[in-house]
Amino acid sequence: MADFFAQDFFRMGGYGVYVWTAYAVFFLVLLADALAPLRQRRRALRELQGRLARQATRKSSA
Amino acid sequence: MNPLVLWFYKFGSPPTFYRVAGRLLPWLYAVALITGVIGLYGGLVVAPADYQQGDSFRIIYVHVPCAWMSLFAYAFMAANGFIALVWRIKLSETLAMASAPIGAAFTLITLVTGSLWGKPMWGTWWTWDARLTSELVLLFLYFGVIGLYHAIEDIRQAARAAAFLALIGVVNLPIVHYSVVWWNTLHQGSTVSLMGQSHIAASMLWPLLTLAFATHVYFFASLLARTRAALLTLESGKQWVRTLANPDPIAAEHAHG
Repeated sequence: MADFFAQDFFRMGGYGVYVWTAYAVFFLVLLADALAPLRQRRRALRELQGRLARQATRKSSA
Repeated sequence: MNPLVLWFYKFGSPPTFYRVAGRLLPWLYAVALITGVIGLYGGLVVAPADYQQGDSFRIIYVHVPCAWMSLFAYAFMAANGFIALVWRIKLSETLAMASAPIGAAFTLITLVTGSLWGKPMWGTWWTWDARLTSELVLLFLYFGVIGLYHAIEDIRQAARAAAFLALIGVVNLPIVHYSVVWWNTLHQGSTVSLMGQSHIAASMLWPLLTLAFATHVYFFASLLARTRAALLTLESGKQWVRTLANPDPIAAEHAHG
């Protein structure tokens, strides 16, 4: 089993560099895509909280 | 009003959509991840090496599902763009704009993995043939839609202008799909056919179909997550978003005077 992974699985019959790079690109691009909305959501909420806080201070000082 | 239309209006209202999508999201991510891992295992370990291409053919399992998704995401974006232009439904504008970056991501993966497959099999990273060029045009169409959307200040006007561009670009979809039939090209023809015979062994086919399913589910997960985030910005003046941003009732009271 260990031999299988060391020899055949990672070498991919000599095409290892191409195959594994392709899979890495697939994984990394989709990971970046999955993280983007989390960042976007956090930013939207932070901006809104800042705006609400500013409105609250303006109201209380007036 | 008929119950289906009523349901559509209710689900199409931003606060309901935000809540329902939020409950669906973890399940969609989980299903996409589990089926994706099963598909990758099948493609990398279970499927035998191809008799002509050896192990390099395994790139098919990331290349082809992403290529399908690059077209599917575009069709989805254009359909929602059409609804947004004709019926002015806010949610459709948001859905159309949210699918653009996901489609662009899938198109990018398709082009890069195709290049990585082309080098050992054709002896070149790139060639200006019909299939490759039209897929590159697809990427530029996505960039055009995203760029136009961000170039216009008013979010809703921006979405409608970008939706119009997306609709014009639909003409490229049949060109991408039929390019291997219409023109002489280095790219191989379709392996899998919806109608009729697929030219692939069952042990090689099932991981491909599993990954196609996983990428579709992932698309909808990413779409819902992006739409939720966009709705927060779009509806930032509304009470439901304020309550969400500021759950503290005393602070909220202050904000309203």
